[in-house]
Amino acid sequence: MADQSRLKLSSRPGPAPTPVRFRRSRPTWKPILVLAVVLGALVMFFPFLWTLVTSVSPGAGLTATPKLIPDQLSWSAYLELFRNTPFARVTLNSLGLAVVVTGLQLTTSSMAAYVFSRLPFPGRGVVFACYLATMMVPMQVLMVPLFVQMRDLHLVDNYLGVVLPSMASAFGVFLLRQAMNSVPRELDEAARIDGAGHLRIFGRIVLPLVGPALATLTVFSFMSSWNAFLWPLVILRSPQLKTLPLALASMQGQYTTQWDVMMAGSVISILPMLAIYLFAQKYVIQGVASTGIK
Amino acid sequence: MAASDSALSPAQPRLDGPHSAGAAQKVALSPAVRPSGRSGRVKYALTVCLFLLPSAVPLACFTIYPMFSALWTSLHEWNLLSPMRWVGLDNYRHLLSDPATRRAFGNTIYYIVGYLPLVYIGGLGLALALNAAIPFRNFLRGVYFLPVVTSWIVVALVWRWLLNPSVGVVNQVLGLIGLDGPGWWTDPAWAMPSIILASAWKDLGFVMIILLAGLQAIPQDLYEAARVDGAGWWSRLRHVTWPMLSPTTFFVIVISLINGFQVFDQVYAMTGGGPAGASTVVVQQVYDLTFRYYQAGLASALSWLLFLVVLAVTVVQMAGQRRWVDYG
Repeated sequence: MADQSRLKLSSRPGPAPTPVRFRRSRPTWKPILVLAVVLGALVMFFPFLWTLVTSVSPGAGLTATPKLIPDQLSWSAYLELFRNTPFARVTLNSLGLAVVVTGLQLTTSSMAAYVFSRLPFPGRGVVFACYLATMMVPMQVLMVPLFVQMRDLHLVDNYLGVVLPSMASAFGVFLLRQAMNSVPRELDEAARIDGAGHLRIFGRIVLPLVGPALATLTVFSFMSSWNAFLWPLVILRSPQLKTLPLALASMQGQYTTQWDVMMAGSVISILPMLAIYLFAQKYVIQGVASTGIK
Repeated sequence: MAASDSALSPAQPRLDGPHSAGAAQKVALSPAVRPSGRSGRVKYALTVCLFLLPSAVPLACFTIYPMFSALWTSLHEWNLLSPMRWVGLDNYRHLLSDPATRRAFGNTIYYIVGYLPLVYIGGLGLALALNAAIPFRNFLRGVYFLPVVTSWIVVALVWRWLLNPSVGVVNQVLGLIGLDGPGWWTDPAWAMPSIILASAWKDLGFVMIILLAGLQAIPQDLYEAARVDGAGWWSRLRHVTWPMLSPTTFFVIVISLINGFQVFDQVYAMTGGGPAGASTVVVQQVYDLTFRYYQAGLASALSWLLFLVVLAVTVVQMAGQRRWVDYG
């Protein structure tokens, strides 16, 4: 990009703007850079590849290191997983929980964001600051009292015990409020003149216009629920209620040396997230980036 | 920043104030943002509550209340079942003199010291490389970001397998070039480096993306000007990129330190804090105190101690940022 504009500049008639300076160096370092980045990407990707390879190499770990290109593909590890462990059940549990939590977070966050963007009231700044402050509280500090609270409410070993504490997301409120602030207020004004109430302005005008932010939050909420470990570990006890990460963690004891089975489980746990990520890569990266800048 | 911004905003849509005839007329035409009549005001307040309560109630019940409840618990001796017994600051006193606490904080700091330079320098290098015009740039960014969306448990599992002392691929490759690989997570001396390696692999893409966003916010004409002045690659990095990127660097360091002090999932899944406590971090200790030894008071005190340390570190960073962070 920058190169082109400079070319145009120098081809213009008139006094030549010192063309000596920026020509060299570029061609020499670029292939090296590309090579380094591609090699790095291969190293980064290798663990994923190795996971996949191991999962189709029966007996991996018991006898020897699997070959990078297996002699033959075997699905025995996957069969073992679905026949002899409640893996299908556990995958569905995770999926259901992630969908419910994501849906709740999208709903509660967008509604709160609408207040912080559109409905002023005395003390709103303080309330918003409280929301932001909850982002700084580490889960670990909450763990003991939250567990006691859930025990007193008889929600231990119950999905409500997992869902309730994560149904609101301060991060989501913050993200969506930023997005709603950039929706022109003239649009609400016009709708209000047409007699629309806040519910309608919210649902019909503001929400459709913050689609990208909602997509970002969807990916983040889904990701954090799908991957959540510490809190589900504390709350969920019965095997039939466990989520994927919990099942994977406890499989380590059961299949200590059967790495093909464990890697098959890992592949299954990576796949849905991978699909969502590929689908929304642009939003995820933008979303992460936007949290980093004022 | 965002909080102060919103503190100003209530004053912003003053459509309801009859400042001018035009504004008053507009109000007469359409019900304003904040209506003035009594029934209108009640309705407005109800609307605000309807929109706010679904998130405010869970946050108050499940974040703010437990936060202070933990502080209360930390002043008691409690096994989660029998009634609490008031002990004042004894839990804190006990923790501060307990070598296990020192070891847990020591291990956590070991983790941070190993992890932070690795992800920052790696992430910066990657961000610089992937900010240049190279082929398949977006695809490469995607590959580097991939581990970020993967769960800690899977990452830990996969790395336990890669770093398996006998049949793991890393030691096999080391063997090919004649090196005798270490015992990795089975060896007390190598347990923490194994965790650091896996964590750096997972978080590299996250740091890269944040730094990339910071790089893209630097105005191009600064580089042009530096080039015209004859600045080479290094001096542009040193005198343009580094100072302009310092707010982003600051953010990365603050976030990484906060997350680093709270490291748990990968430790639990990779080593469980072992072998022989060699990788027991603070949160692992909180978890063990609660669910293995049923000492909820001690656990709460330790988690508050951790919170205070994180808070102190963050506040010190905030105070020190003026020395090196350049907000332009």
